[in-house]
Amino acid sequence: MIQKIISNVSGIKKPEEGSIVFVEPHRILTHDNSAAIISKFRTIGARKVWNPEKIFIALDHAVPPPDEKKAANHKKIRHFVNEQNIKYFYDCGAGICHQLLAQEGHVIPGVVIFGSDSHTTSHGALGAAGIPIGRTEAASIWAIGQTWLKVPETIKINLEGELAINVFAKDVILQIIGKMRSDGASYKAVEFHGSATENFSISERLTLCNMVAEMDGKAGMFPADKITDKYLENRALDPYKKVLPDQEASYISEESFNLNEITPVVSKPHNVDNVSPISELSEIEVDVGLLGTCTNGRNDDLEAAAKVLKGKKIKKGVRLLVYPASQTVLLEGMKSGVIQTLVESGGELAVPACGPCLGAYGGCLAPGETAISSANRNFKGRMGCKEDTSIYLGSPATVAASVLEGKIVEPPKEVF
Amino acid sequence: MKFTGRMWIFEDKNINTDQIFPGKYTYDPLTPEQMADHAMEDYLPTFANEVKKGDILITGKNFGSGSSREQAVTCLKAAGVAAVVGVSFGRIFYRNAINNAFPLLLCPQAATFIFKNKESLKDEKIKVDLVEGTISIKDKNFKFPSLKGEALSIFKAGGLLEYSKQKLKEK
Ligand code: SF4
Repeated sequence: MIQKIISNVSGIKKPEEGSIVFVEPHRILTHDNSAAIISKFRTIGARKVWNPEKIFIALDHAVPPPDEKKAANHKKIRHFVNEQNIKYFYDCGAGICHQLLAQEGHVIPGVVIFGSDSHTTSHGALGAAGIPIGRTEAASIWAIGQTWLKVPETIKINLEGELAINVFAKDVILQIIGKMRSDGASYKAVEFHGSATENFSISERLTLCNMVAEMDGKAGMFPADKITDKYLENRALDPYKKVLPDQEASYISEESFNLNEITPVVSKPHNVDNVSPISELSEIEVDVGLLGTCTNGRNDDLEAAAKVLKGKKIKKGVRLLVYPASQTVLLEGMKSGVIQTLVESGGELAVPACGPCLGAYGGCLAPGETAISSANRNFKGRMGCKEDTSIYLGSPATVAASVLEGKIVEPPKEVF
Repeated sequence: MKFTGRMWIFEDKNINTDQIFPGKYTYDPLTPEQMADHAMEDYLPTFANEVKKGDILITGKNFGSGSSREQAVTCLKAAGVAAVVGVSFGRIFYRNAINNAFPLLLCPQAATFIFKNKESLKDEKIKVDLVEGTISIKDKNFKFPSLKGEALSIFKAGGLLEYSKQKLKEK
């Protein structure tokens, strides 16, 4: 499927796996790192961007800016946006780049999206090829409109069966990464197939594709279907034609997972592939829960957490950070009462943005603390402090259940 | 392109970009030299002080996994690291290295040999020939695949910035 997409955009009929082709993206995503990219863009000697209608910038990684340096970054980016007439700019508070890119209709099936952020893999949820790149490459694309791509091989993942009521897309992808390991998809694309995918919403697909980055995949993809069309109705900014995998498409390997067998799991410190069923953990006390991020900060995520927390208070001495993935998510959560529930239970509501996910501001850990988080990474120091800290990753429902008890527990079945 | 350097042996697998360059500094506007002060900070805090120009890292499986942060490459390069010889590398880290003309040498045989004999080899120097694609240590020689095609052109130009400059001129 990714070969077909690359073929479409590069004009090369049958790009061989392993060959290098130059492609122009449908969108190029950057965020607060745009400030550094602007400097590189100038170093190249470029004056005008190649196409101001294809560039997408969202400010999300340090929002609102915690210090003057980060504020100055934002100012520099705003200035550039005006100077270059960049069409798609989302200022502080609009939300997390990946959430906005999908939510605002930038991602359509059959296109290549480059992003100077590792979780650009998310966008395969809509049948596109979302490919993460570095800052220098982003600058180069701004200037010349294309970059090189090695045509990857593809791994097929079959998902069959049905999830138990307290098991979520997050548990599925953690289970997959636990089995395939953190380099299990290096240099490769991952395609999701099987009857269970028909039941996955776009939000759930985004969670799965987002975390393909954690097995080092080049792209994670769901072939576009009726659910994709429905999501894009009145949303897609451009017309599209679906690109689907051929019947006889070849895969380098196949893995199958039976969803009936998956129980609530967490990734234990300090690697995402260090996965364990919650039922097998010894008692692990937590200091803070993080609800949000580009992995799990959408309405269905907050709603699952709210179901667990409804009418209850989180354990004394424990904090719950709530970062909706976008302003739209926040507004919807206010209307539905989900935000009310989360705040009443003791949640600290923050501006839609990345928050402490990358450890730069907004709820960093203190030495010796333990977090349960709905984010995608639990590397040592990720939440801003490496001294004796631990980060566990789980579903939003697991985060909610754990801050209620003050220790990591499975989400209760009876509330769903 | 031939050079000889001291070795740093990092056998652990999955040393990630957060350990190479911590996230908390990623949105501070730092020069490459300032980035070098934080190189490997969350893995080996003493590294940045002790690393010398021309040193070579010998790394385990999936070195540079994780984030797309290019500073993980920039900080090592600015710290004077001449090359990394590894069992395998994270994908974006590998791309970023090509785009910054920083040599990552995929050579599991050499790395594994060094890990096995690290006690006897730890004070040895290692020789690299980028053009021939060879690594030598003591009397042992290893081959690694050299870059080809577009990736080689980018590397030769001195990185993607220089390469794009040329492309922009051609337009
Ligand atoms: S929420 Fe976290 S993982 Fe997602 S883009 Fe922001 S910092 Fe990166």
